[in-house]
This record gives sequence, structure tokens and C-alpha cells, in this order.
Amino acid sequence: MSEAAMNKSESDVAIQINGMHKWYGEFHVLRDINLSVERGEKIVVCGPSGSGKSTMIRCINRLEEHQQGQIIVDGIELTNDVKKIDEIRREVGMVFQHFNLFPHLTVLENCTLAPIWVRKVPKEEAEATAMKFLERVKIPEQALKYPGQLSGGQQQRVAIARSLCMNPRIMLFDEPTSALDPEMISEVLDTMISLAEEGMTMVCVTHEMGFAKTVADRVIFMDQGEIIEEAPPEEFFDNPQSERTKLFLSQILHNG
Amino acid sequence: MAIVKTERHPELPPPTSETGVIGWLYHNLFSSPLNIILTIISVYVVWVSMSTLINYTIIDANFVGTSKEDCTGAGACWVFIKARFGQNMYGFYPEGERWRINVGYVLGAIGLFLVLSDTIKSKKWPAIFLFGAYPVICYFLFYGGLGLEIVETSQWGGLFLTLVLASVSIFVALPLGIVLALGRRSDMPVVRMICVGFIELIRGVPLITVLFMASVMLPLFLPEGQNFDKVVRALVGMSLFSAAYMAEVVRGGLQAIPKGQLEAAKSLGLGYWQSMGLIILPQALKISIPSIVNTFIGLFKDTTLVLIIGLLDLLSVVKAGTTDKNWLGLATEGYVFVAAVFWVFCFGMSRYSIWLENKLHTGHKR
Repeated sequence: MSEAAMNKSESDVAIQINGMHKWYGEFHVLRDINLSVERGEKIVVCGPSGSGKSTMIRCINRLEEHQQGQIIVDGIELTNDVKKIDEIRREVGMVFQHFNLFPHLTVLENCTLAPIWVRKVPKEEAEATAMKFLERVKIPEQALKYPGQLSGGQQQRVAIARSLCMNPRIMLFDEPTSALDPEMISEVLDTMISLAEEGMTMVCVTHEMGFAKTVADRVIFMDQGEIIEEAPPEEFFDNPQSERTKLFLSQILHNG
Repeated sequence: MAIVKTERHPELPPPTSETGVIGWLYHNLFSSPLNIILTIISVYVVWVSMSTLINYTIIDANFVGTSKEDCTGAGACWVFIKARFGQNMYGFYPEGERWRINVGYVLGAIGLFLVLSDTIKSKKWPAIFLFGAYPVICYFLFYGGLGLEIVETSQWGGLFLTLVLASVSIFVALPLGIVLALGRRSDMPVVRMICVGFIELIRGVPLITVLFMASVMLPLFLPEGQNFDKVVRALVGMSLFSAAYMAEVVRGGLQAIPKGQLEAAKSLGLGYWQSMGLIILPQALKISIPSIVNTFIGLFKDTTLVLIIGLLDLLSVVKAGTTDKNWLGLATEGYVFVAAVFWVFCFGMSRYSIWLENKLHTGHKR
């Protein structure tokens, strides 16, 4: 890599994955993943279930460990160094399919916990920030309730607010709408769209093709642990190149 | 023709058979012929057994007097318990020094109330007092030193000794059990092996063996002249024993927490101890409350086994009293009294745990 390219990766590239492989025991789940995400870019990752798309984005904040290749997030390479892992996790927010809110804490406490304990922000300041983000996801009135008292869509919006409270530079979304009732999907997508409009770097695993068309800069299609196709959304949907992509698109667009 | 509903159906009160006393009685006691028969039989059984018990313990019982000869009624002779009450409560602790135990009780009760009650919101100082200062205060109060006369542990006994054994073991077993449970789930092979080894070794032997080992075998391995106090040895044995059980209870709770909780904590940048202390353990301990209290209750009752190594806990003291030649033939009263005392403590723990479960319930059982 030339020096100019190195400089570029320091400043403009948020996530750089080079030749990454991962195995679960004998099973080769991720094969030669190469991906570069620039700052402010929105990437949508799609593909059939079991294609390794969740595993891939979970490697980005080391919830899964890769065995070969290189992952550089925000200029820091992921290794076994726990300090670097924690550093990356502070800068990378993640939203899960099943929300994973902390049920024993109120919505507000869910949002203030990490800023207070990880960033050492004073409690009042953390609460003010949390309320700001809860207002952004349009549920400030639920702040003192427990997650179990909210609907699925509300819980997912709290989860987004909880991640935002850490002021992340990158947001990862792992099928954020897949566990929701149909009438609640749009409220979560709207939140994600407004986040995208503000210039957040986002990597979203999702089946919401409408979201991909409106927001994504690039769509990545994965199958059987490999990136099969990578293209801007217009091209991806109107003129897919690979047979597997065509088959996948015909199936989900037909059902949708 | 299509159906279109424009008005909402008005809300009606439920039928009387569903609500109130009559509804309750009907549904719970008299809903079917079989249920009616069972209700009548149960009431009869309760009536017969309770009336016998109440007659024996209260109506026909003897409360006044100083010796066995004063027990002329057909029921229990509580004079026996009354006459030996001091010994039952304090063992052979010198009578002039017993106020020290009472002071310890009062301080403990205040500390417990401050920590456990719902009305005091800030738990920091009460917790520091109860878990930090109180054990030290108790050591000097009960054993002596700092100007107080030394009372050897061989003179300790009765309910006092039972409470000391139970509370110290509980106090040590819970934190140690949590550490062992975390160790058993650790990624570090050496830590895991040590914890698994300890837990499985202790769980594989009866408490009586552990106590026996602690009191008979341990001195054989120690250098000559070096000797632990008998009570301390019993305490170590019981604490380690219950810690192993506690570890398995806590591990059950830890396993019930979905994996996503730890992932969410990690993804927010929380470290291992923060994730455990703030996210995983509060939830795991909460769902383990019934089993934890169950272990506490079991432990409390198991303190009676120290009889085997010659310590005079409540049961042993009362049992010794029944062989007193002035009070022969009063074993029933003695054992009923011991049972009642144990029941009061265990029932209290059980009720507190139910109250705590309800208090900590945050509406996520869905």
C-alpha cells in the first residue's frame, strides 16, 4: 500500500476489512471478505439467512473473533488487545435484532449507564444527553418506564438512543426490524433514515429493500459466507449481475 | 350484506358469580361435587389437628412455676423452657456478660433493617456499617478485647451460637459463591478448573463429613501447637460447603440470562467486571432469589449438625437440658420449642424473599 493510500485510510476510511476469514470450528463461515467503508457512507448488507452477514458485522466490534485477515476500525486494528477492542467498542454503536435492552433498568438508566461508567460523564450531564436522544427518537415520555412496558418498536428506538448516547462515529444495525410487528417497522426505519441524513456512518444488515433504495450508498449481497455483489442501489436492484443475486431479489421482491 | 360497526359496545359489570366473596368461594371451594367433598374433608382435618395442637401448646399448657412439679395440667410444660431460657439462648456465656450479645443483636437488627427495608433509599452507609464495621464490632463484643473480658468460644452456645454460625456462613457463602460461579464460566482454563474442582469436591461429600474433616482431620495436618478455634473450624467448613452450593445456584441464574445482554453490554464498551456487576449479576441474582433463600434456609437448619463436633448450638443445648434429672421426660417440649424457633427464622427469610421478588419485578416477565 502506498503512503497516500495509508493517509487516506487514516482520515476518510471508517472501516477497512482485508481478506478476512472466519471459522466456527470446522465450518468456514466467512471467506475472503474485503470491504471498505468511508466516513459518512451508508452500507446495506443483504442476503439469505445463514449467509454470514450478521457474523460479518459482529466481527467489526469483535462480538465475533476473526481468525485470518485484517479489520481496521477508525484507524485501529482489531487484535486480541482488550484495550483496543474496548476503544473500538466505545466508538462503534450497535443495534440488535432483539433490542437487548437491560430489563432491570429504566429506559433512562439504559441510556445513561455506558456514558457514566465508560466515559465517566457526570450523571446530570448523561441524563440531559439521554433525554436529548430520547426526544430525537420521539419517546421522551417513556424515560422512566422499564423496557418490558414498551412495544417492540419503542424498545428498538430506545436501543438506538442508547447507542447514540455514547456519541459513536459508526453505527452497526443487525436486522433491526426483523423482530418487529409490521406496523412498527416504519417508526424504526424513520429513525434510521433521519440518522443517515445527519451523516452517520452506517452498516445495516436488513431485508428492508425500501430502506436500501432510499438511504444506501452501496448495497452488498452476501451468500454462503462470501460477498457476491457490491453496487449502488439503483444498479443493484435494476441490473444485478450475478445469478444468485437475481434469484434472491426475485424472491424477496416477489414476497414484498 | 357487509357488516360495519359504528358504535362501541358499552362496558358491562361482570356477573356476580365472577367477583367478590361469593365468586371466590364458589370458584375455589365449591365449584364441583368433588371439590365440595374435598373442602369438607380438609376443614375437618385442619380442625382436628389444630385443636389438638392448640390444646397442647396453649389451653392445657403450664406457664407458671419454677420446677417440674408445677406442671400439673395435661398440656405442655413450658416452665421447663422458661427455667432454662438463659442457657438455651446464650449457652454457657457468663451471665454478667450476656448484655454484650444483646447489644450485638440490637446493632445487627438495626443494620439489617436499614439495609433490607424499603423506606431507606440510600443503602450506601447502612451497607458499609453492616458488611464492614458490624463484623468487627461483633468480634470484640462477643469474643472480647478492647477492655472487654475474653469469653472463650467453648462457652458460646444456644441460639446465639446458631445465629453466629448461620450468619457468618451466609455472609461468606454468597460472595464466595458468586466468585466461584463466575470462575466456573470463565474463559480462562486454569480458573475454570480450580472452580469446577472445588465445587464438585465439596458438593460430592455430606456436610457432616466436611465438619468432621475440619474438626478432626485438619489439626493433624497443622504444625504442632498450632490450633484453630473449634468454632472457627466449623465456620470455615460450613462457609465453604454452602459457597459450593451457592455457586451452582448463581450459575443457574447466570445461564438464564440471554446471551444478547452480555453482547449489548460489550458493544457499549463496558468491560468484563462492569458488564457482570451492572448488567448480568443484578439480573441473575434476582431470578435466583428463591433458590438463594432456599440455600440460606437449608444452611440455617444445617447448623444443627455442629452437634457432631461437640458444639452446643440451640438444638444441642436443649437436648442436653432434657437429660437434666430435674426435668426428665420433657423432651417433647424441648423439641417443639426448637422447632418453633427455627420456624420463625426460616419463615421470616422466606417472607422477605417473596417481598423482595415482588419489589424487584420490573414487568419484563413476558
